[in-house]
Formats: sequence, structure tokens, C-alpha cells
Amino acid sequence: MSHIRVVSPGMLTTVQDLGRFGYAHFGISASGAADPLALRAGNLLVGNAENAPALEMTLAGGAFEFSAPTVISLTGSDFSSGLPLWCAVEVAAGQTVRCGRSRSGARSYLCVRGGIGVPLVMGSASTHLMTGVGGRALRSGDTLAIGDAAVRRPRPAAHPPPMLPDGPLRATPGPQADWFSEELYSAAWRVSEESNRMGLRLRGPAIPSPAGHMLTEGVSLGAIQVPPDGQPIVLFVEHQTTGGYPKPANVISADFWRLGQLRPRDEVRFQPVTIETALRLLRDQEEWLYALV
Amino acid sequence: MTIRPASDRSLLISYGDEISLETHRHVRRLVRALAGVRGILNLHPAYTSVLVDFDPRLRSHAAIEALVRERLEGVGDSAPEAVRTVEIPVRYGGESGPDLADVARHTGLAPERVVELHAAAAYLVYFVGFSTCFPYLGGLPPELATPRLSAPRKHVPEGSVAIGGSQAGIYPLASPGGWRLIGRTPLRLFDRDATPPPLLRMGDRVRFIPIPEDIPIPEGPR
Repeated sequence: MSHIRVVSPGMLTTVQDLGRFGYAHFGISASGAADPLALRAGNLLVGNAENAPALEMTLAGGAFEFSAPTVISLTGSDFSSGLPLWCAVEVAAGQTVRCGRSRSGARSYLCVRGGIGVPLVMGSASTHLMTGVGGRALRSGDTLAIGDAAVRRPRPAAHPPPMLPDGPLRATPGPQADWFSEELYSAAWRVSEESNRMGLRLRGPAIPSPAGHMLTEGVSLGAIQVPPDGQPIVLFVEHQTTGGYPKPANVISADFWRLGQLRPRDEVRFQPVTIETALRLLRDQEEWLYALV
Repeated sequence: MTIRPASDRSLLISYGDEISLETHRHVRRLVRALAGVRGILNLHPAYTSVLVDFDPRLRSHAAIEALVRERLEGVGDSAPEAVRTVEIPVRYGGESGPDLADVARHTGLAPERVVELHAAAAYLVYFVGFSTCFPYLGGLPPELATPRLSAPRKHVPEGSVAIGGSQAGIYPLASPGGWRLIGRTPLRLFDRDATPPPLLRMGDRVRFIPIPEDIPIPEGPR
């Protein structure tokens, strides 16, 4: 069976698909690709189903040797591989794809035709780093089987996304929006070095603690919670399933991919939008993606 | 019951803000009613609410709201699943429970009495959540209520049995935490190779069984 050998894993490389759903009531969040748009596009480009497992690289990529000729794609940020992005690329037997430092955002995806063949845990190949559910970060010398999940022909023509990671992140009102005024939207925030797949910690002018007392309640991906220190945390793919801090807003689904591309020290602003606007932006994004099917 | 959007892909359904067996029963009934519905990705139950996370490409807020009302009509009040009782062995105090003395001081009880009361009570898993598989237990004897630490510990060992205000809980994994640690169980509450991984689930009954000091605790997988 053909496989990929991890020559070097880079800073942090994991196997991800679109996430492990249906276990939040056991306290396990979905995990999955931090930039789901790049993962889905990358899979469609190589002829996979959009949910096929692929490699997610973080900030600096690794080197991966292919045992047999195949087709791959590199999507998300430019990790200095020298290969074209957002298209299907042929690789030869014995070829090593070497990625380096990011020239743009935080994450790059390497999708391979057939998908990465790892066992599914609770229905998903996603690595949940904090608990070890679904595996761990890749190490040098790991070998990964290449699966046989291809469902259509690869797409060699480039299909870069028209959406840009510029401008404010759009957010709809959160469950405790009434407790806050416009502090979240009026300041510029900086992504802290302590951010990870559980949450993006932002630094900026402290948001005053609201007076209300709340019970622990369920929290959703992209929820912006404000702990007593007034420094917001955007709950990310490995987020806690319940929480007791008030939430003035929630990042919209169409901007989840942008959360996955934020690097430490990046500046972030927020803009309030309605749910109708959020869903329209999501539909536009889906139309771009389904041009690849 | 109030229903409001929490995001462009989730609804928060709430039964007020009073923690009680009655609201717990509402929460369980709702989770049961919505289990396995196509387009619903996750259910996040808590004390008095359930967050419903759905695929916005397949379902709208209005459709989920209609579904909630429709499904609640069709689901019975009584829990069909058998009640499980899980016994949790605990080594109280000492290195296993570094805050037992503080809890005793705060409550004005002898440490032995704290242990006795804690182990005599019957607990209910209201829900499982937080960072990973943390069971929120109701049933702590009111006289044991002790405020959380003013500054959370950076490292709470796996299996720590804890009191946070009027709540009880067990840390399934080593993590930061601000609850008072009164003991520790050698039982694994989280097994990543099990399906599902948490030992305790919503609706389970829990009893704590003190491990006498002269019985050594076997070196487990931790």
C-alpha cells in the first residue's frame, strides 16, 4: 500500500478532517480542520470527498516523502513549498514535498488523492490534541497510509478563493450581547502567543465585567467569551463544550476559516452583522466551493 | 422554555436559571428528543439549558425551533434508560486532597466529618462538559459548600475529587482548575480508547467510597 513518510513534521502537523460531531454531551468538542474551507477545497481539488483526512500544518510546514506516484494539493497559506497552491499537483514515487515557513497565515493543508488512511475514532480522523482522541501530533519517521477515498478526477487548474482574510471578523450577537455595549467592536485586538486550537486569546483594552451572574451553559465554535480580566477569548475547534463566562458575540461561520489563519500578534477587529447577512456570506462561500465538485 | 440564537449555527434553549431536578429532567428530555436528528451536529446540555449546534446549510434557526417543539410533543416524560449508579473510590485528604483542611476550616467541621458527609451523599450527574468530560454533580450536602480558590491552580491532577461552591465534580484529566481538591480517585474517568470515553454520563448516580489509608492504591495507567 502506498504511504507517506514524515521526514520532518514542521512546527505542528496533525491529521484532520471536518471534525467529530455528536459527542459534545460527553464533553468532547468537534476538533477538525482549523481552516475548514482550505481542507474542503484541497480535498475537492484532488478528487476526494470534502471530508477526507489530510495534513494540517501550523506556522512552519514539514517534509513528506511519497512512496508511490500520486496527486496532492496544497491549500490555505503559502508555506514556501515551491509548488503551486490551490490546484492538483502530481508527485512522483520517492519525491519529498518540503514545506517551510508561512508567507501568509497560520495554516496550510496537504491533501492527498485517496485521503490519509488513519482509523476513525468516534466517526472521525481528526486529532484532538488536548485529549489525544484521534491521535497525536506527527513526528519524524511516522508513516501514514494513503487511503482509497477518491471519488472523482483531480482538478489541475488553479482555483484560489476570492475571499480575502482582510477587514474585520464578522460576528452575530451572543447569548449575553445585552450585557455589553460596543467595547468589543470599537477596539483593535492582538492575537496572543498563548492561543491554540482550544481558543484564540486576544489582548487589548479590558472590557468591563458585566454585572449579571450566569450559569454554565453550552458554548459554540467561534463564541467570543469575556472572562473577568476583560480580555476576550474566541473559542476555537478544540473548545470547551460548556462555559460560564458571558459571550457578547459569536464569529460567523463564513469567517471560521479566517480564525484558522490568524497568527500570534495579528491584529483583529470585529464587526457586528445580522444572522441573515452571516448566512448570505456562507452561501456565497459554498457556491465558490461547489464549483469544484 | 426560551429559545434564542447563540450564533448563526446554534440555538440556546433555556429553562430558566434555577438548578433543580425538574429543570434537569427538562434538559434530559430535550437531549433525548433531539438525539440523532439529521442536520443537528451537537447537543451541549448544561444545568438548565441545551445548546443545539446545527449545520446552517441544512437547517435554519426557525426549522430547528419548530423541530424542538414538535419533537418535545412526541417524547415521554419518564426516562426510558436504566439509571446507572457508579461507585467512585476516593483517597481523601493528604497529598490526594490538599484542600481538605481548608474545606474543614471553612465549614467548621472536622476533616473526618467532611469526608463522612461527602461520602454519605448521593450525587446526580447533571451534565458532562467543560474542557473534557467533566461531570457536574448535584447533591453536595449544603454544609460542605466552599468557595473556589481565588486564583486557580495551574495543575490539578487527573482524578481529583473537588468542591466548587455548592457543586461537586471530578477532574477527568490533569488541567488548570479553581475548585477545592478534597481527594483523588484511581478510577479512570476518561479513556480515550473507550466509546464513549467518559465513565460518567448525564443522569448517572454517583457515590463516593472512601479508600482506607492502609489500602495501597495500585499504580494505574496515570
